[in-house]
Amino acid sequence: MDRLARSFLLTEIVKGFALTLKYMFFVPRVTINYPYEKGPLSPRFRGEHALRRYPNGEERCIACKLCEAICPALAITIEAEPREDGSRRTTRYDIDMTKCIYCGLCEEACPVDAIVEGPNFEFSTETREELYYNKDKLLANGDRWEAQIASNLAADAPYR
Amino acid sequence: MSAVEKNTVDISEETQIKPYTMNFGPQHPAAHGVLRLVLEMEGEIVERADPHIGLLHRGTEKLIEHKTYTQALPYFDRLDYVAPMNQEHAFALATEKLLGITVPKRGQYIRVLYCELGRILNHILNITTFALDVGALTPALWGFEEREKGMEFYDRVCGARLHANYFRPGGVARDLPAGLLDDMMDWVEGLPKFLNDIESLLTDNRIFKQRTVDIGTVSTEDALDWGFSGPMLRGSNVAWDLRKSQPYDSYEDFDFDIPVGKTGDCYARYLVRMAEMYESIKIMKQAIEKMPDGDCKTNDYKVCPPPRAEMKSSMEAMIHHFKLYTEGYHVPKGETYTAVEAPKGEFGVFLVSDGTNRPYRCRIRAPGFPHLQALDFMSKGHQLADTVSIIGSLDIVFGEIDR
Repeated sequence: MDRLARSFLLTEIVKGFALTLKYMFFVPRVTINYPYEKGPLSPRFRGEHALRRYPNGEERCIACKLCEAICPALAITIEAEPREDGSRRTTRYDIDMTKCIYCGLCEEACPVDAIVEGPNFEFSTETREELYYNKDKLLANGDRWEAQIASNLAADAPYR
Repeated sequence: MSAVEKNTVDISEETQIKPYTMNFGPQHPAAHGVLRLVLEMEGEIVERADPHIGLLHRGTEKLIEHKTYTQALPYFDRLDYVAPMNQEHAFALATEKLLGITVPKRGQYIRVLYCELGRILNHILNITTFALDVGALTPALWGFEEREKGMEFYDRVCGARLHANYFRPGGVARDLPAGLLDDMMDWVEGLPKFLNDIESLLTDNRIFKQRTVDIGTVSTEDALDWGFSGPMLRGSNVAWDLRKSQPYDSYEDFDFDIPVGKTGDCYARYLVRMAEMYESIKIMKQAIEKMPDGDCKTNDYKVCPPPRAEMKSSMEAMIHHFKLYTEGYHVPKGETYTAVEAPKGEFGVFLVSDGTNRPYRCRIRAPGFPHLQALDFMSKGHQLADTVSIIGSLDIVFGEIDR
């Protein structure tokens, strides 16, 4: 009898509507206005790659090719030879961002913190060619994001 | 005999009408990915459902044969991309078994914590999209908010919302950042309220019940015969859970129950998933409270890379680092089948090692595959719209089925 009454009075439907109306008017909105507001990112976030420099402007990468060796997607290509001053440097450092799976192993492998996956996730392009990053592009990324990358690395250093 | 008489067809001989064949998917929003179903219809009634798979095949198993154990791990994130860490868990456990190493308690607890988080995220997605398939839009909108909050915990611990690459053979990649456990406790404590709201929209709702009760009923025998596992099996009244029957990674330390459905229909599977989320909340709370101190990964530097600070000052550690990131570690000859209770069912890895630094063979047992096989007998005799709700309750993700 009770069940019949509830069935006729549409109680569960009414309850559902009451709940949705409550959410509509009394629960604060959760959406963010994306290009102007962004969600939180952790210091460990793995975004666009960057090659870093030492504070004196010297590039960090020593062409040990650990990142090339560990990359599961074979996205990194490195060529190296000694520079005029005798130090070993890369002559070519390419990352095919269309192959990259953003696993973060290159960053983990790098013994001198040169290659990092920075906090930038907005690097979409209109053509594939623009995603074949070379050394200049990666170093430019490093210069652009250095402040944030450095603070992220410092924040995460105790856990590495 | 006139021409007209010659062409007349004898009706009594040809009474069989070929069923109407309909193509469902692969781009259908209710197909949950790239499922192509060829349905033979008798009017609105499904006579035969023939799933065509392989549209998302990436050759994961073959690729893994050419990668070191470290490199193979990210591929597991991409199988069931709804709960990535649970897949990694199976591979990490299999490799550890062959290597014969044990993970420190803290590492195991972190894994349990994140596996249960993955289960909640998976069930939220499944229940809300299932409701979406049968016509309820609101749970999906609310569910994604909660899922996003959960994925922020993924982001904070490993740096990615989905493709984690976090569980490694020997432990986890990095320790939990400070403050994460407190935030997670807050979120977990607020979660039952959210689940209650979803339940009050769906569980008693007559439209939802009309679309799910007695649809796609699987008897206990059928469920066992077809190799079901996870919520699909528990929905058919079998209390089987690998976390209880063969506990791995300290699951024996936690107090939780196995929810079981009585009827084996889509509604029972929905109820089981809903109840499982409450159990996962229980486990997560216990894991947070009991989280031990110590290392989160084994300190055997032949398997796990040494800490960065040590690597930069000690030659020994530097050599280990270079060895691990170029050659990787060699796994002793042997084979193992290791299964974990993934949110969708039993996710197993059959790993054969020939003593080199790469797996000789890595066969992946995806729980969605046997479930999809059963679609034919489950949807037979049901209407076309019921096939959609059956697919919704199967909880299939094509990343793992096509591999």
